[in-house]
Amino acid sequence: MDFLTLLQVLDSTVRLATPLLLACLAGLFSERAGIFDIGLEGKMLASAFFAAATAALTGSVWLGLLAGIASSMVLSAIHGLASITFRGNQLISGVAINFLAAGMTVLIAQDWFAQGGRTPSLMSGGRFEDITLPLAGTLAPVPIIGPIYAELISGHSILVYVAFLCVPATWWVLFRTRFGLRLRAVGEAPEAVDTAGVSVIGLRFAAVGICGLLCGLAGAYLATGLQAGFVKDMTAGRGYIALAALIFAKWRPWYALWACLLFGLLQAVALRYQNIDLGGIVIPVQFMDALPYILTVVILAGFVGKAIPPRAGGEPYVKER
Amino acid sequence: MSPHSPADAPAIELKGISKAFGPVQANKDISMRVMPGTIHGIIGENGAGKSTLMSILYGFYKADAGEVFISGKKTEIPDSQAAIRAGIGMVFQHFKLVQNFTVLENVILGAEDGGLLRPSLAKARGVLKQLAAEYELSVDPDTQVQHLSVGHQQRVEILKALYREADILILDEPTGVLTPAEADHLFRILDNLRAEGKTIILITHKLREIMEITDTVSVMRRGEMTATVKTAETSPEQLAELMVGRKVLLRVDKTPAKPGAKVLEVENLRLVDDKGVERLRGIDLEVRAGEILGIAGVAGNGQSELLEVLGGYATATGTVRVNGAAMPLSGPGSDGQSRRACGIAHVPEDRQHEGLIMPYTAWENTAFGYHRDPALQKGLLMDNAAIRADAAAKMDRFDVRPPDPTLAARNFSGGNQQKIVLAREIERNPDILLVGQPTRGVDIGAIEFIHQQIVRLRDAGKAILLVSVELDEIFSLSDRIAVMFDGRIMGVRDPAETDQTELGLLMAGITEKPDRPLIDAVDAKLDAKEAREAGHG
Repeated sequence: MDFLTLLQVLDSTVRLATPLLLACLAGLFSERAGIFDIGLEGKMLASAFFAAATAALTGSVWLGLLAGIASSMVLSAIHGLASITFRGNQLISGVAINFLAAGMTVLIAQDWFAQGGRTPSLMSGGRFEDITLPLAGTLAPVPIIGPIYAELISGHSILVYVAFLCVPATWWVLFRTRFGLRLRAVGEAPEAVDTAGVSVIGLRFAAVGICGLLCGLAGAYLATGLQAGFVKDMTAGRGYIALAALIFAKWRPWYALWACLLFGLLQAVALRYQNIDLGGIVIPVQFMDALPYILTVVILAGFVGKAIPPRAGGEPYVKER
Repeated sequence: MSPHSPADAPAIELKGISKAFGPVQANKDISMRVMPGTIHGIIGENGAGKSTLMSILYGFYKADAGEVFISGKKTEIPDSQAAIRAGIGMVFQHFKLVQNFTVLENVILGAEDGGLLRPSLAKARGVLKQLAAEYELSVDPDTQVQHLSVGHQQRVEILKALYREADILILDEPTGVLTPAEADHLFRILDNLRAEGKTIILITHKLREIMEITDTVSVMRRGEMTATVKTAETSPEQLAELMVGRKVLLRVDKTPAKPGAKVLEVENLRLVDDKGVERLRGIDLEVRAGEILGIAGVAGNGQSELLEVLGGYATATGTVRVNGAAMPLSGPGSDGQSRRACGIAHVPEDRQHEGLIMPYTAWENTAFGYHRDPALQKGLLMDNAAIRADAAAKMDRFDVRPPDPTLAARNFSGGNQQKIVLAREIERNPDILLVGQPTRGVDIGAIEFIHQQIVRLRDAGKAILLVSVELDEIFSLSDRIAVMFDGRIMGVRDPAETDQTELGLLMAGITEKPDRPLIDAVDAKLDAKEAREAGHG
């Protein structure tokens, strides 16, 4: 494999890791606060559809982004209401949201656009354009560094940069701010937060809200950044892979970055090498496509080591004496 | 005491507090005054309403009626935040700490000074240093709470309250989980706090603690405050009578034991739990016919596992012989049924989960474990009439109240539940009785009866292995005392030739005189144990 091919694979790794990373950080906020969220998938899907649909109807990608975030946050609010206010089962609520999003997006898409459950392809203005960073052209001829800067670092849409900046931001919020301290505490020992006179419910809703926001970004990026429009089930299990990455990352933001890049790389390799010929044995495309999912299972089963989830995760908080 | 309050106003005054949960009146028209700079004890049996009253004071529950005055000022306490603002700090029986946070992080949680942590942490570090020097409350501020011993965790809870500038400190059963040395240290801390003018409310069911440290004491019974007296002017006997409503015998009457043949022999018993932590690390002991071997120790040092292995619901390695015959410790023949067949009866530590099935009736519960007895069978079916008659007779002999076999187990009080379990096990005439925490959560009145039954069984020539975290109980029942710490037997003593101090040190794993201050030696041992367990968990 030559240098340029490698760069191209890495470039597409970055693009493919972006939605995973946003969703993974979304789950991180929620689960660190003690709310398991299996509905990342559904929220991304809803956001992808409403972002694409709004962009298609208004021609503005930014309005699309707002619509995507709004739809994701509405689903988050439902999850919060079910699992925080009414102390319901968080897994069931999450699954319900996934089903709701899967069905609703296609239904509305068919009603609005009548194109078989998809939105029209987005023209420029309806999509996030790639940004060329300053000096990319000037530096390009410099060996090694030039192509890395021009090809790999420059030339992504704004949401990619946002996603990667979210990693240090998440770390800073969690470990350097009062909000982060309380958020981590509420996922470990809500009774400690409660007796300290801080609202458990308020903190958990805030966390679920941030989760909705980040899932909204992830979904909007899928439909208006990575691709040009919404198609049925376009999240293709990314919400679940993000959850796997979250466990792999042991609920830590920097580890989450590396975990998502790994899964992104697997997807990039699968996309690029559809049929691999290994000395007469041809590995079929289906296997390559399945590879990221197979590795998800393998990594979760064997390589995670001791991943301790937040202690109060999945448990609705009931005050006791 | 806050500077602007009149010096003669009580730190806390409650007037006519009432609280009902459905039909249960947990607190009935309670009035109480606690003067500043004093330690006030609240004593009462389980379910007397002590915890409810304190939860109202800390804003966890809203009283149905009544008023709270803090330093003479009427104060509404709708939530914990308001309680903290009013200068009330609470140390709960079950600590409210974030296990994987450091001591500093736990202390500032909810009391941060701004949006960013760094300044708050720096400030807390200084304050903690000062508090440590002032009150003998030293804890390493950068250790994660999960690596601290229980006694140190409790100090963190006290530090949390002091960091919030609490003037009134409520402690709910603070010594239940401490070794005697740790409890002594806690009382020294409380002494220091009192000397600084803090007001302390100590909730406990241990008469000895009340006599040792409090200035005044209130007694609660069935939701009512039956008396408030000066500690110097009362006696344990009088307090017990006020708690129960009749005269109680606090010491057990028993004659010297007449030990016979070895009935139970345990050699090199080892158990590794499912987290990979070794809970029993080579236990050797023997119990003879006609004696009570008491196992003393703070909860969580392997006593429960020992009972589980002997009772047949945990597997281990080593040797256990009953009347000379070795028992399998894993695989077939190591279950509870086989144990009972060998003459081992077991009154488990956790009667509500292991001893009884709470929603089932008393008569069903009296047959569990022995339901294959031919006397209780009728062909393929259970002979329910026979079981019911049997249960009624047992409940009569053990004075279970109400004597109604058709009531569900959960409808009996703790003491009467325990009598049902005891009746079931003792009446089978076992060779060996394993009994764990026989009087935990049992009213004083029933304690007397339960102790008498255990001694009666000993006098009938049976071997009894008693596990209890209450040293008083160990002393008054045992003929020999073995002390467990961190999965090992630290020593066996004759109760006539030892005292609470010596046992207390053994309970902290200290077998010889340490070359440094005692409490430091105890702290080091307990922290080492915690680290060993956390290292695997």
